[in-house]
Amino acid sequence: MTDIGLPASVEALRRIREDPYRLGHRSHGPEGPVPGAGHGETGPAGKRVIVGYGFWIFLLSDIVMFSCFFAAFAVQRGATAGGPSIAEIVDVRRVGFETAALLLSSYTCMLSFAATNRRNLLWTQIFLFVTGLLGLVFVLLELWEFVELAERGITPQRSGMLSSFFGLVGLHGLHVTVGGLWLATMMAQVQIKGFRREIIHRLICFNLFWHALDIVWIGIFTIVYLMGSGA
Amino acid sequence: MSNLEFDPHNTTGTLDHRQDHAPGDEPLEDTGHWVRNANLGLGFSIVLTAAAFVLAGSDWIYMPAIPVALIVLAIAQMGVHLVFFLHITTGPDNTNNVLALAFGVLVVFLIGAGSIWIMDHLNQNMMPMEQMMQMRP
Repeated sequence: MTDIGLPASVEALRRIREDPYRLGHRSHGPEGPVPGAGHGETGPAGKRVIVGYGFWIFLLSDIVMFSCFFAAFAVQRGATAGGPSIAEIVDVRRVGFETAALLLSSYTCMLSFAATNRRNLLWTQIFLFVTGLLGLVFVLLELWEFVELAERGITPQRSGMLSSFFGLVGLHGLHVTVGGLWLATMMAQVQIKGFRREIIHRLICFNLFWHALDIVWIGIFTIVYLMGSGA
Repeated sequence: MSNLEFDPHNTTGTLDHRQDHAPGDEPLEDTGHWVRNANLGLGFSIVLTAAAFVLAGSDWIYMPAIPVALIVLAIAQMGVHLVFFLHITTGPDNTNNVLALAFGVLVVFLIGAGSIWIMDHLNQNMMPMEQMMQMRP
């Protein structure tokens, strides 16, 4: 070995060759450009990537909408207008069960996608069904909570705090309900159409949606329920 | 090759590792990887959720610090969900997903912190209720 440094161009070439990810050069691997790799001359990215990315953008915009409801609740937290405070309407035990149901449904949803990747129809359907069942448990628990509150005269029109509370929690509940309808549709489509390309793309999107709902719920049970129970 | 319907997975039968990743997707990995990821995500989430619920009803730590601890636990759990359930990683094939997420987080932060900040100032500048009542003719 000599101590003479290599020319810069050789250094650069070696860096590119030794970069395991071939940053910025992934379409020019040893096997040549890959069609659909999304790098200029090889054409646009595959539909799987485009569909997933587009749905990811939609989910982020959905989360931005939720953040507006969160901001409204944070601002109106003390605006009880002489009515019940947030600490008086929170039932931490029930929220614990709701959280468990939604977290487990997120887990089974992912297991269903593992089965989808294996093209195993039976287990995909079983796990999707369990996911839907847990989602239903969640929605019913939330409905029960709302009905109990309404029986005590605690309705959205009572105070600013309650408007934002029902708005935020109700919007999330609505998302879970619509997600459940989507899930039932997906189960029917997988059963009848099988693991076709577009069906798998839809399953990817459904998985993203369901996990995003769980992420929003983390914010709700922390900011609304747990921080509210101590206030 | 400019046909949007063209899907390389259909022609090669496998997902190529030189392609970008869709969020929530992990083309390289087998079923064991998915199940392992799900188990890890569930395990971390249970620990963080249980910690939050126990902390909220306890007096184990300095009381005014509890909301801060709860927020930290929530952010940690959101991170766990992003990594283990949504498969958002720092790999170069994930750059687009991460950039979109970063922009989303920025907007969420602006809306949340901005609203609280502005409304708090408005609240402080508002005339006390008694004075307002006295101004009535």
